[in-house]
Parts: sequence; structure tokens; C-alpha cells
Amino acid sequence: MMWTAILLAALGCYLLKLAGLSIPSRVLEHPLVHRIADLLPVALLAALVAVQVLADGPTLQVDARLAGLGAAFVALLLRAPFIVVVLVAAVTAAGLRLL
Amino acid sequence: MTASPDPVLPPGERSGIVRDGVAVGIATGAYGISFGAISVAAGLDVWQTCALSLLVFTGASQFALVGVVAAGGSPLSGAVTGLLLGTRNTLYGIRLAPLLGWRGWRRGAAAHLLIDESTAMSVTRETTAAARVGFLSTGLAVFALWNLATLGGALAGEALGDPRTYGLDAAVGGAFLALLWPRLKDRRNQLTAVLAAALALTLVPVAPAGVPVLAAAVVALVVGVVSHATDPTEVPGRDDLPGGGEHQR
Repeated sequence: MMWTAILLAALGCYLLKLAGLSIPSRVLEHPLVHRIADLLPVALLAALVAVQVLADGPTLQVDARLAGLGAAFVALLLRAPFIVVVLVAAVTAAGLRLL
Repeated sequence: MTASPDPVLPPGERSGIVRDGVAVGIATGAYGISFGAISVAAGLDVWQTCALSLLVFTGASQFALVGVVAAGGSPLSGAVTGLLLGTRNTLYGIRLAPLLGWRGWRRGAAAHLLIDESTAMSVTRETTAAARVGFLSTGLAVFALWNLATLGGALAGEALGDPRTYGLDAAVGGAFLALLWPRLKDRRNQLTAVLAAALALTLVPVAPAGVPVLAAAVVALVVGVVSHATDPTEVPGRDDLPGGGEHQR
């Protein structure tokens, strides 16, 4: 199951890239298509943040993960690089669990 | 958008573009370490983690797949989420195709390297020669370091043991927020993000894991249809990349 998903994602992501370099640009020139394609990553990433931090199986749970996200938010405001943001989130959550 | 046919690139300009590309590649390696560790924490093995970086090779889609799996979703719903995120590479390709001007097998090979970073480091070049050097040097540097870093991160993650002890579950949320951050500049995107998060959380108690995230794509659809602004496709700029902004002219 996992390997099927990996190969599906690999093939699909490659074809999406190749399509961009191959199909005539007028096919996707409609502004609505562009707007939706621009908004898709925003919607999906925001949903991933929310589910990752608050969902625990089928329930919503406020715990150390939310504190980690808050710390990541502050790190991003301070223009920290990606790896620092990730580390700050992890260390904050791990630290809270030690208390 | 049509590039002037200029096959000769001054050596100084060429090495400058290559240097910038390698700098971006090194900075991106850091993402790779976190991806490797997070993927193993989500339950994938080292081989599966490395296969994702080698074959899928587009960061946000890889993070999405392992993120959905980490949250208890099925691998297939993770793959579909990754595919939806991969659609933005199609738009990058449409912007870059006339500039890069590759045909046949070269286009087929270049397609694998079509990601945020290689786009940002080539889309602003004025000649085909400069764009190709920027695209290839950045794409190849990121590919090499992203894969090495993934392996390192996966092995480290495996050695760590229980991911919760080190807050790796919280690191996933931080990683997604960092990927989202550069896209939150305008109000329409902020609204989309808030609505998508709210919809996903509403669905968590009633839908199988993996579905709430996929359902959030509907928010992009609805906001796209009801909003009328006609701004051009957002392509990542060099300022959006770690290590990419230093040699701006």
C-alpha cells in the first residue's frame, strides 16, 4: 500500500511537471484556472497545519504540539530559516512534555 | 517572455549563476534532513523515505504524503494530497517552457528538476542560455543535496526512537507552516488558509483521516471562483529561497 502510494505520487508528480513544459500555454491560460491553482497549495498546507497540530485520531486535542506551532510562528516572524523553524517547534513540544 | 537566442554566456555571469544555484542547493539540504526524520517518524522505512526524495522530488508534496500518513490517513489519500500540491509545478513549467526551449529527451529529463527552487533561479533570466544554467545548476544541486540530506535525516530519525519524545510530531506542523508562510502575503490567501483550516478541523471528527485535508481543496475552488482579482501566476522569487537572495542584482 505504501509503495503503491509512493509510485503513484512519483509518476503523477513527474507527469504534472512534464505537462507544464509540454502543453501549449493557452490551454491553461484561463484566469480562473490560475487562481485556483495558486490557492490550492495555500488551502492544502493550511489544512495540513491544522490537522497535524490539533487532530488526534478522530478527536481534536490541544497539547504540546500547539505550543510548538506557536513557537514556529514566532520563529517565522523573526525570519528564521526553515530548519530553525522546524527545530524550534520540536524542541518546544519536547520541552513541555518533559515538565 | 521570448528569450533572445544568445548561446554564448560570459564566463563571469555563468559562474555567478552556478554559485547562486549551489548556494540554494546547500540551504535546501537542511529541509531534506527534516523531511527524512519526519518521514521515518511517520512510519515509513528508510527505503520508502529515500524513494520519495529520489522519485517524487518536490518537497511540499513529499511532506504532504508523510504528513497525512502521520495523522493516520491512508497512504493513497496522502498521495492524492501530494498530487494536488504538485499541480503548481505545472504552472511553473508553462512559464518556463518558452524561456528554456528544450525539446525531446532533454525536456523529459529537465521535467524531473522542475521545482520551486529551479524555477525561482531561472524565471527572471533574460536569455535562454542564462535561464538554462540557472535551472540546471540549481536543480542538480538541490537534487544531490536533498537526497543526501533525506538519507541522513532518515537514518538519524530511525536512531532516535519514539518521535514524540523529541517533539517530531510538532515539527511536522512547524514544517507545514514554514512552507505556507511565503504564500500568506495577500489577504485572499490568508482568508483561504483560515477557511481551509477551519473546514479540515470541522471534518476531523466525522471523516476518515486524510479526507479533511483533501476536502480543504474545495476552499481553493470556491475562493477562486468568487474572487475576481486577476493577478499573474505566483512564481517563487529568489527572495523566497534560503540562500537565494544574497546575490540579487
